[in-house]
Amino acid sequence: MSDKPTTAEANASAPNAGTTPNATTAEANASASNATTASARQTPVIDGAKLVRERRLNNAKKNWSLFRSDIPALVGAIVLVFFILIAIFAPLIAPASMLDVTKQLDVPRYAPPSFAHPLGTDDLGRELWIRILWGARVSILVGVAATVMSMVIGTVMGLAAGHFGGFFGAIVMRIIDFFIVLPSLLLAIVLSSVLERGVFTIVVAIGLTSWASTARIVRSQTLSVESRLYIERARILGAGHRHILFKHMLPAVMPLVLANTTLTVGSAIIAESTLSFLGLGDTSKESWGTILKNSMDISAATSGYWWYVLTPGIAILLVVLAFTMVGRAFEAIINPALRSR
Amino acid sequence: MTTPTHSYPGPAGGPGGGDPAGGPGGADPGAPDLLGPGQPRDMDEPPKGGSFLGYLLRKLGGALTSMILVVVLGFFAFRMLPGDPVLKIAKERPMSPAQIAELRSQYGLDKPVIVQFWDYLVGIFTGDLGESYVYRKPVSALIVDYLGPTLLLTATAAVIAIGLGLWLGQLSAWRRNSLFDKVASSTSLVFWSVPTFWLGLILLMIFGGTLQWLPTGGMITPGLDPWSFAGIIDVIKHLILPVITMVAVVYAQFLMVMRASLIEEMSEDYLTTARAKGLTEDEVRKKHAVPNALLPTVTVVFMHIGGLIAGAVTVEAVFSWPGLGKLTFEAISGPDLPLLQGTFVVFSAIIIVMNLAADIVYRFLDPRVRRA
Repeated sequence: MSDKPTTAEANASAPNAGTTPNATTAEANASASNATTASARQTPVIDGAKLVRERRLNNAKKNWSLFRSDIPALVGAIVLVFFILIAIFAPLIAPASMLDVTKQLDVPRYAPPSFAHPLGTDDLGRELWIRILWGARVSILVGVAATVMSMVIGTVMGLAAGHFGGFFGAIVMRIIDFFIVLPSLLLAIVLSSVLERGVFTIVVAIGLTSWASTARIVRSQTLSVESRLYIERARILGAGHRHILFKHMLPAVMPLVLANTTLTVGSAIIAESTLSFLGLGDTSKESWGTILKNSMDISAATSGYWWYVLTPGIAILLVVLAFTMVGRAFEAIINPALRSR
Repeated sequence: MTTPTHSYPGPAGGPGGGDPAGGPGGADPGAPDLLGPGQPRDMDEPPKGGSFLGYLLRKLGGALTSMILVVVLGFFAFRMLPGDPVLKIAKERPMSPAQIAELRSQYGLDKPVIVQFWDYLVGIFTGDLGESYVYRKPVSALIVDYLGPTLLLTATAAVIAIGLGLWLGQLSAWRRNSLFDKVASSTSLVFWSVPTFWLGLILLMIFGGTLQWLPTGGMITPGLDPWSFAGIIDVIKHLILPVITMVAVVYAQFLMVMRASLIEEMSEDYLTTARAKGLTEDEVRKKHAVPNALLPTVTVVFMHIGGLIAGAVTVEAVFSWPGLGKLTFEAISGPDLPLLQGTFVVFSAIIIVMNLAADIVYRFLDPRVRRA
């Protein structure tokens, strides 16, 4: 892992290393990086791996200080950690039996928020705060899983469209265009209504339909990197498609993809809640969208049960905002041109 | 020596010509550059030069390909993926084998797939989209009935969202980092971060439930003539909440695009020239900066119309607005697959046509590509 991005540098100095007459130095450094061989004659042995590690550490420190100075991003990160923790520990904080309707007979229905019922209760006497807690699990899991899927498809399609020209590239471009033109919600509705209901279906429906904008970004980046000299050099040195794509292109587009990931999780969570709200979700599992659907089913909005409508939506708003803030900070770190905006 | 060493991007030939990088169909023109400047040979930029006819044919070809994909997807998603739709219905309500066989022949499921596909294609071109399981009416007749309200709702919302978004966006950019900019940007970020339907529920709760200022659902009070004066006022009252919901979620995107586009424009030299001529700040903004910033924005605006129409599904479900979105919602709860298939194909067709229109409008707006 440590010397992957330096392949280009190592390649560059490889001819040098071959012409160095000092065989003993070469032997002594056989285990170290090639790059050090040429300069090792006079100077003490330089550990290439260590250099890389130090540079990485410095970079990480610089990025962290950039991130830390971004107050909204920091708040967003804290909110995210909070929600991820409650999602993980939901079974410990409030066991599933606390949501069992048959055990809630003595709990008042439609109790507004009070000291005894912090976020109020729903139409079956279940505590809303427990439902929110359990809902966080599905909502965040679906958001993250769908995003990972959409990132993988988007990166592959974007790389393919940017790297390969000709007929194949044009076909890929046409497919990306199609998915950009058609709103992903519409396609996701179609997919999730014809497949078996379930959390996995929702993940697939969102993941399969929301990758187009990532593909577009990856493609632009691929095109701009493709025209740089080091790619031409690699090609002249005999690098094939696989080498260029995986050793040069992928590392070049990865930072962008990662920043985009954080931003996409937010919209995936909204998409999940929308699909669940439309009745396409898994009704046996709590999710924030399902809670909102239940509230709609009993017309909570027009009957004055404001807490039933308000709390799941605020949870969605907080998590999506948090992901957006963190994502924007990542984007600003990766792309300095955005910082001034 | 007469052979030119460089191939200049001369006027494109017939369809599929265009710039060397463009390839057949090309890409949609000038989407906002999210990556900042400095991207050589990106196919996304509008093809410079080239005849209008070639451009038009290329775009038409692209739209046609998308439409074919929609039609094929409509068939495979609804006929192939769910397995046997009749068995699905049979699972939900008890049926005798004879009834099942009758249903199968009624929906043409006993024929080979190729024949089914052909029937489906013929059906689409003759306006026959099958019969709804739930309504027991032809899907095309239902869609015709419900199309008008959707167009009324989305068109109103689109006009307001575009106007508001572009206006606030250019003001934000011009007063970058001012209090106004910060408030406008963060408000739009909040609206962008909530599900459309939730915003609708909140508005419904405040203005329909608690304050009771506005009706909570439908398009018109039953019994009123929609073309009378009182009827029009009533429709407008019903329209307010759904339109606000849709505008609130969409205008943010327009605001951000316009803002970014104008900021890009603000460091240009021609603005310094305009100021040196003695123009006031307002004149510089309105007459010089904004028209140029508007150009890349227009495409993005049109591209988001698709999202606006998709947003109609949840908004119409929340406000029981009798449009295609509500029809889709009912088709989902059915589940009424022929109806869902119909609304999917029609929604997609509307969006593809809007996109094609955007491409053509763009061609007329951008003097650089218009000159040919």
